[in-house]
Amino acid sequence: MTHARHAAEFVAHTERARWHDDALWYVREKRDTAARRIPEWEPLREAAAAIKRHTVAHLADHLERFEQNAQRLGAHVHWARDAEEHNEIVLELLRERDVRRVVKSKSMLTEECQLNPHLERHGIEVTDTDLGERIVQFRSEPPSHIIFPAIHLKRGEIGQLFHEKLGTEPGLEDPTRLTQAARAHLRNKFLEADAGLTGANFAIAETGGLVIVTNEGNADLGTSIPPLHIASLGIEKIIPRSADLGVFLRLLARSATGQAMSVYTSHFHGPRPDGELHIVLVDNGRTQLRADETLRDALSCIRCGACLNTCPVFRRSGGYSYQTPVPGPIGSVLSPSRDPEAHASLPHACSLCGSCSDVCPVKIPLHHQLLAWRGRLTEIAPRSRLERLAYAGFARSLLNVRRFRALAGLGRWFLRRLPRGILYHRANAWGRQRELPEIPKQSFRDAYAAGEHRERR
Amino acid sequence: MRVGLFVPCYIDQLYPRVGFATLRVLEGCGLDVEFPSAQTCCGQPVANAGFPREARPVAERFLEVFEPYDAIVAPSGSCVATVRHHYRDWLGPSEALTRTATRTYELCEFLTDVVDILDTSGLTGCFPHRVGLHHACHGLRELRMATGSERVVPTEQHHDKARRLLDSIEGLELCDLTRPDECCGFGGSFAIKEEAVSVRMGLDRIEDHEHAGAEIITSLDASCLMHLNGLLRRRKNGPRVMHIAEILASVQETA
Ligand code: SF4
Repeated sequence: MTHARHAAEFVAHTERARWHDDALWYVREKRDTAARRIPEWEPLREAAAAIKRHTVAHLADHLERFEQNAQRLGAHVHWARDAEEHNEIVLELLRERDVRRVVKSKSMLTEECQLNPHLERHGIEVTDTDLGERIVQFRSEPPSHIIFPAIHLKRGEIGQLFHEKLGTEPGLEDPTRLTQAARAHLRNKFLEADAGLTGANFAIAETGGLVIVTNEGNADLGTSIPPLHIASLGIEKIIPRSADLGVFLRLLARSATGQAMSVYTSHFHGPRPDGELHIVLVDNGRTQLRADETLRDALSCIRCGACLNTCPVFRRSGGYSYQTPVPGPIGSVLSPSRDPEAHASLPHACSLCGSCSDVCPVKIPLHHQLLAWRGRLTEIAPRSRLERLAYAGFARSLLNVRRFRALAGLGRWFLRRLPRGILYHRANAWGRQRELPEIPKQSFRDAYAAGEHRERR
Repeated sequence: MRVGLFVPCYIDQLYPRVGFATLRVLEGCGLDVEFPSAQTCCGQPVANAGFPREARPVAERFLEVFEPYDAIVAPSGSCVATVRHHYRDWLGPSEALTRTATRTYELCEFLTDVVDILDTSGLTGCFPHRVGLHHACHGLRELRMATGSERVVPTEQHHDKARRLLDSIEGLELCDLTRPDECCGFGGSFAIKEEAVSVRMGLDRIEDHEHAGAEIITSLDASCLMHLNGLLRRRKNGPRVMHIAEILASVQETA
């Protein structure tokens, strides 16, 4: 099903769509306020983009350096070519240690790899410990937003869910009390867990350390109690030096939520004295993306979610309309490279307003990449023959002014005369909720040639 | 200066009055303006729908037709952005392209940056109406006609070319919107492919202008206005729409 079909369903619930739009616009405005407190915001974005571009250009070197330094610190480093290999590596590590229960903090990579269902199929209980992720996990849903996984749900729905799952009193909607209930529930999960899984926001080549930011401290708890920590990350999470970290940390939380800093910024340099740290570096299509000059910059993404919040289409169509682990503008750039046909509608789920490119802290030219995708998908994914013929015909008529004038004139003649019933047939998507423009008798060029202009003077 | 008037295809066919308003404004500045009759379109509608290959010869033709002019002016930010920023992707770099791309201007941009209408003849007439300015996205974020709300620029460096023109007009009162530069949802083929979201976006924009008390919604792009006006006319009430060239022309007439 296309994005447009899902989006139409979402937007048909006017009240919910409006509230979703308002909630995310509020985050966008918080981001604006936070960004404006940093006078050097634009140079900071430049610096971040430059660091990422450099890193991606020399990716192999930085990855090797990271591996050596991480190993020196006592971590184990694994390489996974794709999602399947990643899931196998994680499962193997857990099985070898007879792990039955794991806690997992937020990681878009494990969503991308579909790790949870894989582990569950093999009898391992996975508990997502980010509050929003736990909520959608209770509902057997994927996250609908990379920063706010349960943004599509209203407080009342969460109250009802917690009543069913956690036994809170019926009708309870107070966020503080609902959060307390979730904390108590998660506390037990942390204590019972045999392993903690995390993602990582940054991997520093120079030190071999990982940096994870959260607002709930769940990554810290999940890696401090159980003896085994497995961190899964895409190979693009590398940054060269510790000194680069400041650039990204100043941008990340401000772009994501409008906070100056996330509540927890945790550094992991090797395993705990009594524990093990395994780092799984995942490619899963990234090397291929890197080879693509037009799309390469998408590897700079720090998954802040700002492009989702600013996107007027995302705000009104909801995360699920994209049918991808990462939705919104960046998702629409990344997903077609995995499966062009399945995601062919995504680059068209965009009015090309360009707000995403201006809000992106690492300056990914998202809307230009989406435009590039449109052209490519025409070549590789089947497009309706009629559409292709229509546009090819239109383009040809533009090459000859007499033909253009005749065809356009004919079009106007018909539009002026066709009865409303035909003109506003359901097949005319423009006319379902909009009037067509009033069609003038004469085009500009004809009136100009007839001297209307000279007469007026 | 020899000025070539570029009237985008849909303005030519659907909004001739916008073409004439542009012509009058430019001539009102004492310029020598010609409409090269061989022109058709910049190719944007074809490329944005996903057919850049088909758009290539259209772009080549555009460069040929407008080659002789010192300045090319169009009442559309979107079409100008196509020539200035996207032709390179379709055609590759060339001297002819650079020459034309750097001489192609959106109307308000031309009036403020090239002829400085406020300094010279000025917009001395009046227009006693409450106006909501809709920032067309390509003018805003591709041509940088104004400082977008996403960008962090020191206040003294903020600019807004269209607003500056409108602000100088006697009697004209600009309305403050709650989302000053959100997209209206037209987006070319987007308006059809994503009809539901496109319409929602348009209705939201209209509501913002109405709350701000706008009698007239204006924009640099007739395409945004076509979409908004389509919604307004179905509803049969609400603000009127006018292209910014029409406002400027009517101001000059009252002078
Ligand atoms: S593409 Fe840019 S704005 Fe979007 S999530 Fe990634 S870093 Fe953030």
